Amino acid sequence: MTERTLLSLRVNNEEATVPVAAHRTLLELLREDLDLTGTKHGCELGECGACTVLVDGEPQLSCLTLALDAAGREITTVEGLARGADLHPLQAAFVELGAAQCGYCTPGMLVSASAFLEANPAPSRDEIRAALAGNLCRCTGYVKIIEAVELASARMGAT
Amino acid sequence: MMRLPPFRLLRPRTAAEAAGLLASSGTDTLAVAGGTDLYPNMKRRQVTPRTLVSLRGIDELRGCRAGEDGELRIGAGTTLRQLVADPVVTSHAPALARAAALVSSPQVRTVATVGGNLCIDTRCNYYDLPEGWRASIGFCLKAGSDVCRVAPGGERCWAISSSDLAPVAVALDAHVRLVGAGGERMLPAAELYEDDGIRYLGKRPDEILADVIVPPGRGLRATYRKVRQRGSIDFPLLGVAAAVRTSEDGACEEARIVLGAVASRPVRCLEAEQALAGRRLEPGAIEAAAELAAAVAKPMENTDLTPLYRKRMVQVHVTRALAELTELG
Amino acid sequence: MSELSVVGTRRPKVDAVAKVTGRARYTDDLRAPRMLAAKLLRSSRTHARIVRLDVSHALALPGVHAVLTGADLPIAYGILPVSQDEHALALEKVRYAGEPVAAVAADDEETAERALALVEVEYEDLPAVMSIEQALAVGAAAVHEERPTNVHRAAALEFGDVDGGFEAADHVREDIFFVHGNTHVPLEEHATLAEWDGSKLTMHTSTQVPHYLQRALERVLELPTSRIRVIVPALGGGFGGKCDPFSHELTAAKLAIVTGRPVKIALTREEVFYAHRGRHPVLMRVRSGFARDGRITAMEFRCLLDGGAYGSYGAASMLYTGALQTTTYAIPAYRFEGLRAYTTKPPCGPKRGHGTPQPRFALECHLDKVAEELGLDPIELRRRNLVEPFSWTVNHLRITSCALEECIDRVVEASGFEEKRGRLPHGRGVGFAVSAYMSGAGLPIYANELPQSEVQIKVDRGGGVTVYSMATDIGQGSDSVLAYLTAEVLGLEPADVAVVSADTDLTPIDLGSYSSRVTFMAGNAAVEAAERMRALVLGAVAEQLGLPLDRLVLRGGRALDPGDPESGVPWVEAIRIAAASRGPLVTAGSYRPPDLAGPYKGAGVGPSPAYSFSAAVVEVDCDPETGEVRVEKVWVAHDVGRALNPLLVEGQIEGSVYMALGEALLENHAFRDGVHLGPSLLDYKTPTALDMPEVVSIVVESDDPEGPFGAKEVGQGVLLPVIPAVANAVHDALGVRVDEVPITADKVIRALRQGRVGPKRLPDFPFRDAVRVDPPAQWRAAP
Ligand SMILES: Cc1cc2nc3c(=O)[nH]c(=O)nc-3n(C[C@H](O)[C@H](O)[C@H](O)COP(=O)(O)OP(=O)(O)OC[C@H]3O[C@@H](n4cnc5c(N)ncnc54)[C@H](O)[C@@H]3O)c2cc1C
Ligand code: SF4
Ligand code: FES
Ligand code: FES
Repeated sequence: MTERTLLSLRVNNEEATVPVAAHRTLLELLREDLDLTGTKHGCELGECGACTVLVDGEPQLSCLTLALDAAGREITTVEGLARGADLHPLQAAFVELGAAQCGYCTPGMLVSASAFLEANPAPSRDEIRAALAGNLCRCTGYVKIIEAVELASARMGAT
Repeated sequence: MMRLPPFRLLRPRTAAEAAGLLASSGTDTLAVAGGTDLYPNMKRRQVTPRTLVSLRGIDELRGCRAGEDGELRIGAGTTLRQLVADPVVTSHAPALARAAALVSSPQVRTVATVGGNLCIDTRCNYYDLPEGWRASIGFCLKAGSDVCRVAPGGERCWAISSSDLAPVAVALDAHVRLVGAGGERMLPAAELYEDDGIRYLGKRPDEILADVIVPPGRGLRATYRKVRQRGSIDFPLLGVAAAVRTSEDGACEEARIVLGAVASRPVRCLEAEQALAGRRLEPGAIEAAAELAAAVAKPMENTDLTPLYRKRMVQVHVTRALAELTELG
Repeated sequence: MSELSVVGTRRPKVDAVAKVTGRARYTDDLRAPRMLAAKLLRSSRTHARIVRLDVSHALALPGVHAVLTGADLPIAYGILPVSQDEHALALEKVRYAGEPVAAVAADDEETAERALALVEVEYEDLPAVMSIEQALAVGAAAVHEERPTNVHRAAALEFGDVDGGFEAADHVREDIFFVHGNTHVPLEEHATLAEWDGSKLTMHTSTQVPHYLQRALERVLELPTSRIRVIVPALGGGFGGKCDPFSHELTAAKLAIVTGRPVKIALTREEVFYAHRGRHPVLMRVRSGFARDGRITAMEFRCLLDGGAYGSYGAASMLYTGALQTTTYAIPAYRFEGLRAYTTKPPCGPKRGHGTPQPRFALECHLDKVAEELGLDPIELRRRNLVEPFSWTVNHLRITSCALEECIDRVVEASGFEEKRGRLPHGRGVGFAVSAYMSGAGLPIYANELPQSEVQIKVDRGGGVTVYSMATDIGQGSDSVLAYLTAEVLGLEPADVAVVSADTDLTPIDLGSYSSRVTFMAGNAAVEAAERMRALVLGAVAEQLGLPLDRLVLRGGRALDPGDPESGVPWVEAIRIAAASRGPLVTAGSYRPPDLAGPYKGAGVGPSPAYSFSAAVVEVDCDPETGEVRVEKVWVAHDVGRALNPLLVEGQIEGSVYMALGEALLENHAFRDGVHLGPSLLDYKTPTALDMPEVVSIVVESDDPEGPFGAKEVGQGVLLPVIPAVANAVHDALGVRVDEVPITADKVIRALRQGRVGPKRLPDFPFRDAVRVDPPAQWRAAP
């Protein structure tokens, strides 16, 4: 019924071509068309950060991004953070420090944090707080999450 | 899952082309930039445009540059993230960068644009909720029924101007360049707004906001203070933008005090500004001005915390803003 | 218990890697072939009779497969046997705005939504009942017409000689407090996927209580439980908000049966606010008598709860507002009057701390006020009244291990409380409070004599161990705890232990993840099952090797004689030996708490096999001009019995502090004109990373004799003292009292002008004369 356009993009280093309607969001595309359910949703209105993905390396809310606006872009989701079997240093730190409780905010947190550390490899605690201020968590009080980002940053700096 | 209603997406290449599309397609067509204001509104079915004209592909809306005279031009398509980090902006209009940094969350600022921020819909907690919720209060003027829930006696909508940049733009005496189907014009930022929660913009629907032009500072110092309940993901309950220029001896030559989130448009506190004229920014003068500023604020019961509290905060934060500017001087 | 290799060590959770890689599957991540999407039509009226309901146009819409109304699911249900007052879809009337009225299953969500718009409902409005005062007012509209009043439950209990205690007091003080009520906001919106194969229903659903949901499905769908399988995929937070059987679960099940196709319902965030079951608004009056030296002579609590439209756990919530005050202080005489009223709002239920944070807020603020009047140090006042370890309370609660005093010492010292109190600059202040909480409710929700938790363990020939338990990991780490305990007993690494949980077909009973019961109860069951497995394996090995059984242990992946590290056989070999002589390597364990209920009606609420204890200090920075309260730092000491994994304990402490601060300062589940004020994450303010202070967690271990390896609860108790500690800190900072939460900036400003903000009176209610209960035989008045 609604008109669809053939959309090509790269997701986690793989080409994808999918017919999509104009009103389809990147969140819906990832979860429902590409079966990348690692990206979560907690409001679909831009208010929680659970749906954060990287678009050309920058953290964006996939619930407020049109799939068509991702045309030709490089999308990174939580599924794309690990290098093969090796966890991203942030993932490893989240595991070690128990930064994921229910784990529902975790994909969005990791994605936000990975872009942040890329731009700011040795942040202060306050900078980390500010960088994660768009990702709500209800379980951890953010304490272990912030510690995990610090740990990852220290390790990434060391290598 | 909250989903967008169906629409057709158009992608013009120039502002003029965009304006032409808006003019020819009628009221069912809206412009969209970052979409961080429009898409949630659409998901809540506050607006259901048939056609969206995306401004994302328009190169001329990008970039910030300073003229030789110190005039700053900010392309409307500049994202808030770019604005915050742009050295041209942080040196010429730091208050604007500061306000932008206080908007929403890092992810929203990645795509939210300056033009979109200046044009965001007015807000009201009888309105910014999903359709089923609005039905349960019987809708309101802005949602197509015939009564305002905040002030049921009146005929108008009191939804609140909630842009963090707008009060700063007005305080800096910025202008906006509008590109319409019939040509371009310049408008003082203050005149971009109407005191009406429904028709809140003083521009034609087909007019694209192309640039924000901040005049050369000539010694104007400005700041912005935002009141909200939590550290991020929170619209202002009150925004206070203040700009002053003082002479060598510290006397105030020019003062502009603008309040956000207390009315349907940014509110200038003219009497407070006049009270400062020629006076040194000392505690007594500041206090007097702050009191006059609070007098013009008439917050309503349609956002967080009580109107009385928000009115009281006008005085506190105007005082603090002016004190800050004294320290900066 | 000298040489523990797993218990007590910091280690990752067993599901951590799945959660950081996006591999963990939550309910809404699941899809089934030919799946339909369903949506609920929700009432736009607060309180109204349904005069006409016509679904014919909706049904006629292409792509729509089925439409249900209340008449299709007419059997009432409710989580508590005493409150079977809910219907999956409203029957004759609606009792809150947002209550489900009809359901549509369609090809996709968009079609279902279009169909909802075609359902015609005509309502006849009834007066809204939006507060305790309105509910109790003479002539109030009846929320449930078959009941004479809006009082859902009321109780009046008296333990010991209360009037005598007041008479003997040198000083009596009375205070009134209000908690506005708030909600869980799990980040995962509730979702459910129902499948019907013609004879069996399978539900994948975001619930904390698969067993109770199975029972509700049995009742409402009239299917035997053998035909109902409930599976809980990864769960994105609960905090008590996913402890009831919900409309969307029952309707999805029915729609799957009607259409013969899988049906998913995923709630929107707005709908989650209507599902609610959150913290009750409670209006409280506390009155207590003190001797000159600060000893409590008597205490009286009156608690009025605003319950919302349905019972939910409310009968228990109401009693909880009275039950646990005595678990921190040796109160010699205690009276409790409690009442829960029906109102036309989404039903309240159990949120982290279930019914106890509200009175704890009242009690700990009240004690600070008393201390001030008596000229006593607030901590000294508390010290003079502390419960003793291994004692009984006047209301028949058995206290076992208790390191409350140590918690107080440690937190006071770490925070420098005594040096700071009253001495910080104006605007800065410190506050203190203590609390206790249950390690699992002593009694199940429906009366039965059976174990509350069972665990099975199976060992395969390769040595792999699988633990089966219906306990539901809601993020707190219960799967991990079961793996740790099993690994510890069997001398293995947790990685060698697989956990199969929360599946009613595969796993033996556990009542669910509520009341902090899982570590204690499922944990004890797992330890028993593992010990039986150990006995079985070691028995066979001893026989085979001709070694005395009492010399053998399982350690480091071997069955060996600890005196001779070279002895024995590797675990895999031990398994072979045991399988050869003993048959299938399957054991089971179970746990049923001791019978602890006192001899009175209502005694089922409060008893627990063990209580955790906590003490908190909060330091705040208040802006006297704006009223903004910034929490600078929080210190918590928590007696967890034994930290099975200190990392998880700290995580629970930090999460509880966070949730408490949100409740203390920001969160308010508020209504206006009969409608939820802001069912969104923008309007309902949960703290962000920028709002969270530093937390100092001090883990105190009292080694409970009945807990698994001495462990007690940690998931909820820590929330309790933090809220009053914030209020006490605000008072220390500014000299004013905000006697209600949340303590928002506007209230602080008002308090600065008036000295106090808070409720002034309780509406009258003629409680019956309290039932007098003698203190337990083991109870003795303090010397
Ligand atoms: C959770 C959340 C929190 C938020 N918090 C804040 C906040 O604290 N402060 C704040 O100021 N905003 C806030 N916002 C609103 C919004 O994100 C920002 O204001 C943003 O800058 C809007 O820009 P945009 O490009 O995304 O606008 P869009 O959504 O694209 O557009 C907004 C409106 O402006 C019109 N428009 C856009 N560009 C132009 C143009 N060049 N010419 C003419 N018309 C145009 C559109 O037609 C639309 O009507 C928040 C949003 C969310 C979702
Ligand atoms: S101010 Fe009145 S008309 Fe405007 S949105 Fe709010 S309730 Fe509606
Ligand atoms: S889903 Fe909440 S911000 Fe996108
Ligand atoms: S870990 Fe549960 S929401 Fe963050």
